[in-house]
Amino acid sequence: MNPDKPLKIAVASGKGGTGKTLFSTNLAAFLSQKQKTLLVDLDVEEPNDFLFINGTIEKISDQYKMIPLWDENKCTLCGSCSNTCKYHAVVQLGTFIAVFTELCHSCYACSELCPVQALPMQRHKMGKITTIDSGNLTFIESRLEVGEEQAVPLIHQTHDLVDTQYKDIPIQVFDCPPGTSCPVVAAARKADFVVLVTEPTPFGLNDLRLAIETMQKIQKPVGVVINRWGIGNDEVEKYCDQAQIPILAKIPFDRQIAEYYSNGELVYDKIEYITTSLRQVITAIQHAV
Amino acid sequence: MQSNNIHEIVVLSGKGGTGKTSLTASLAVLAGNDAVIADCDVDAANMHLLLRPDFGETFEFYSGELAVINQDLCNQCGTCAEVCRFHAIPQDKNQYQINALDCEGCGYCEKVCPTHAITMQERRSGSVYISKTKVGSTMVHARLDIAAENSGKLVAKVKNDAKAIALAGNKHFIIVDGSPGIGCPVVSSLAGANYVILVTEPTMSGLHDLKRVHAVIERFRIKSGCIINKYDLNKEQTAEIKCFLREEQIDHLADIPYDSIFSEAMIEEKTIVEIESPLKQLVGSIWEKVKEQLTRKN
Ligand code: SF4
Ligand code: SF4
Ligand code: SF4
Ligand code: SF4
Repeated sequence: MNPDKPLKIAVASGKGGTGKTLFSTNLAAFLSQKQKTLLVDLDVEEPNDFLFINGTIEKISDQYKMIPLWDENKCTLCGSCSNTCKYHAVVQLGTFIAVFTELCHSCYACSELCPVQALPMQRHKMGKITTIDSGNLTFIESRLEVGEEQAVPLIHQTHDLVDTQYKDIPIQVFDCPPGTSCPVVAAARKADFVVLVTEPTPFGLNDLRLAIETMQKIQKPVGVVINRWGIGNDEVEKYCDQAQIPILAKIPFDRQIAEYYSNGELVYDKIEYITTSLRQVITAIQHAV
Repeated sequence: MQSNNIHEIVVLSGKGGTGKTSLTASLAVLAGNDAVIADCDVDAANMHLLLRPDFGETFEFYSGELAVINQDLCNQCGTCAEVCRFHAIPQDKNQYQINALDCEGCGYCEKVCPTHAITMQERRSGSVYISKTKVGSTMVHARLDIAAENSGKLVAKVKNDAKAIALAGNKHFIIVDGSPGIGCPVVSSLAGANYVILVTEPTMSGLHDLKRVHAVIERFRIKSGCIINKYDLNKEQTAEIKCFLREEQIDHLADIPYDSIFSEAMIEEKTIVEIESPLKQLVGSIWEKVKEQLTRKN
């Protein structure tokens, strides 16, 4: 590993609700006891990490995507834009050109190919990024506006911000969106290591398999954390053994953790086996990369 | 409207792990063959683990496009790489190459390539299945290919197929397991719905996500009701959720206590209404309430 580059750890899970937020926030807080740590919430549709982090707001920046704006006076109704857009985000309706903001991928094609420059690109607010200073822990939350449908551009912008303004924070934890499609790929692409949080149930196993396949497709080393260990069966463990995927920690099911979590409280320094698990996980990651 | 007597019910949660799929599958069992089931959680589909569909018919699903460069025609001018806003055309070993993971299929490069070296190809992004479930109903489900885009379109496809099957078979209900989050898959799963069941849990994150997903539902003006699962985990949070439900005039459908039966049933590949427990009746009463809400003219 290059010592000048930060260690980027992505925390993901195929299935939502397995404890990804619990794990990311506690891992980051645990790490920040010893060194400067960055926690980035990239679950932009439903960001939750902020509930667990106290600190002062350092900065809030609105994030924009670029969309075409129709200039009626210049338009000759040639129809080029309507034919160009693969996403049907700009459509000619009689003598009117309609732009469907949510569908636009900001590819610029309609705008730059319009023969009379009647579709200049302009900013459209899609979300915001908040930076919170919590001592040794810097927390960045990326949040999509309700009504916006595309998470990926905002995730990319957040990565860019981290890489330009926070590149000197040596250890960085990224809480990724759930699932196996484009948002989680965008969120995990920059990671050196991906921790997959799962639970020992048939749903957990099914989604873990998909998540592992996804991470293998983008060639990321992975390790598994089994949360609520004890509630189900041992199929997840068997699967990991067979697929030679390291199990980094098993966090037993404990109602006390669930209660702390429900109130927005961290547990890394309250429950001893959590502290031990987090230490194990970080040692394993440092060995692996 | 031709679909007047089909009631489409979408189950959503915003946050994952609230028991949404277990509850949806239970409703599917209760509705039996009077419902068509649609699993719109295409990113992490799980309902098949409880309803044991037979994967009777499989269809490939294509959506979106991918740019392909014919290297024999390319003169290395680099125009394509310049216009591509997604940095999907890196230069590698003196050749311009499309990176399939980054390409969003916008087609801009194809339009500007002076030698017509670029063509757009259809992109397979998943599979759709039409199955019989263990209770005899028809289920439409899907699997998104790994790292694929457009889950919104696949969701729309699953829903439309389910609707067509329900119409053809004179079924009264379509029961949809929706996606998590508030993005395009959720919006697609809401289109055309008559009632939304929200499943939440009494945690700060549960309430936060409930509010966000409710803001999306409001835009569609669909009636909704809420189930608070694991309500006894945190009584204060439960009270707060109830307060929110009253303010927003969301029906309060039930409080379900924390119960290990959810994972026990899952391991037996059963829904919670197929196992004798107090929850069986509770879920039965939810289904009755939902039906009542749907048939009430307001
Ligand atoms: S390409 Fe330009 S001129 Fe042609 S219809 Fe579109 S906006 Fe009008
Ligand atoms: S910028 Fe691209 S995606 Fe957006 S409307 Fe124009 S052609 Fe369509
Ligand atoms: S624009 Fe066409 S000719 Fe130019 S580098 Fe790209 S593919 Fe080759
Ligand atoms: S189709 Fe669009 S995204 Fe894909 S390579 Fe061409 S310009 Fe880039």
